Amino acid sequence: MDARAAAFILFSILTIVPAFFVVFSKNLVHSAFSLLFTLGGTAALFVLLGADFLAITQLLVYVGGILILLLFGVMFTQRIYDMRAQTNFYNLPTAVLVGVTTFFLLFFGVALSVPWKAAPHPAHEPTSAALGELLLTRYLLPFEVISILLLTVLIGAVVVAKKEQPE
Amino acid sequence: MIGLTHYLFLSSLLAALGVIAIAGRRNAVAILMGIELLLNAASINFVAFSHFVVPARPELALDGQLFAIFIIVLAAAEAAVALAIIISIYHNLKSINADELVQMKH
Repeated sequence: MDARAAAFILFSILTIVPAFFVVFSKNLVHSAFSLLFTLGGTAALFVLLGADFLAITQLLVYVGGILILLLFGVMFTQRIYDMRAQTNFYNLPTAVLVGVTTFFLLFFGVALSVPWKAAPHPAHEPTSAALGELLLTRYLLPFEVISILLLTVLIGAVVVAKKEQPE
Repeated sequence: MIGLTHYLFLSSLLAALGVIAIAGRRNAVAILMGIELLLNAASINFVAFSHFVVPARPELALDGQLFAIFIIVLAAAEAAVALAIIISIYHNLKSINADELVQMKH
């Protein structure tokens, strides 16, 4: 087994095992911290796939931003002091059935049955310059649209989350 | 030798876990975490295809990574808005369990 395969197995375990905790853990704070490992493992997989810029972006945006936001949401909306014993699943058997069906459809129905023209790239090259050039040439319109979307989201989130003034 | 299939297996598993969280969890923040898992699986797919599959034209080689970047941006936007909605619901109803939120007006 070469080093790349060993790294892949290590990072995929680092991605998958915490994902189970994210879904099945009783404590939401534990879920959020497991999500940290899943997202970090994904970033490591991106490095293995030769996407260096994307891996850094994943770490910065997901781990540095979205995860903090989620933790904030968990702590803001959970009454930590009265931990009532309540089920954290609405209908677990149905959910697991749906999930297992999804997995079989995705993996055996699509991933294994389509003949992909797979050919491994020989070398890893830095991608940042090429990605930046694409964003400012062929993908300029989506780039601008998504920046307008971000502005809208910024304003919308503030408007939705602020307390309503009593009249 | 690690190939495309291994990555597709991994992302299928992640997507299935995300679906379980979306379909089954009661807490709205946990459902949001399930959505993040699904989006993550999608971006792993995009990057794996961009790495392993020969593009139709050579200038399309990086498109998969670019789509993954757009996914990350959209995930951030979606998380911000969803948390704002969740906090607003919590202000009004003092609960964010998805099975108790059965009314649209308050």
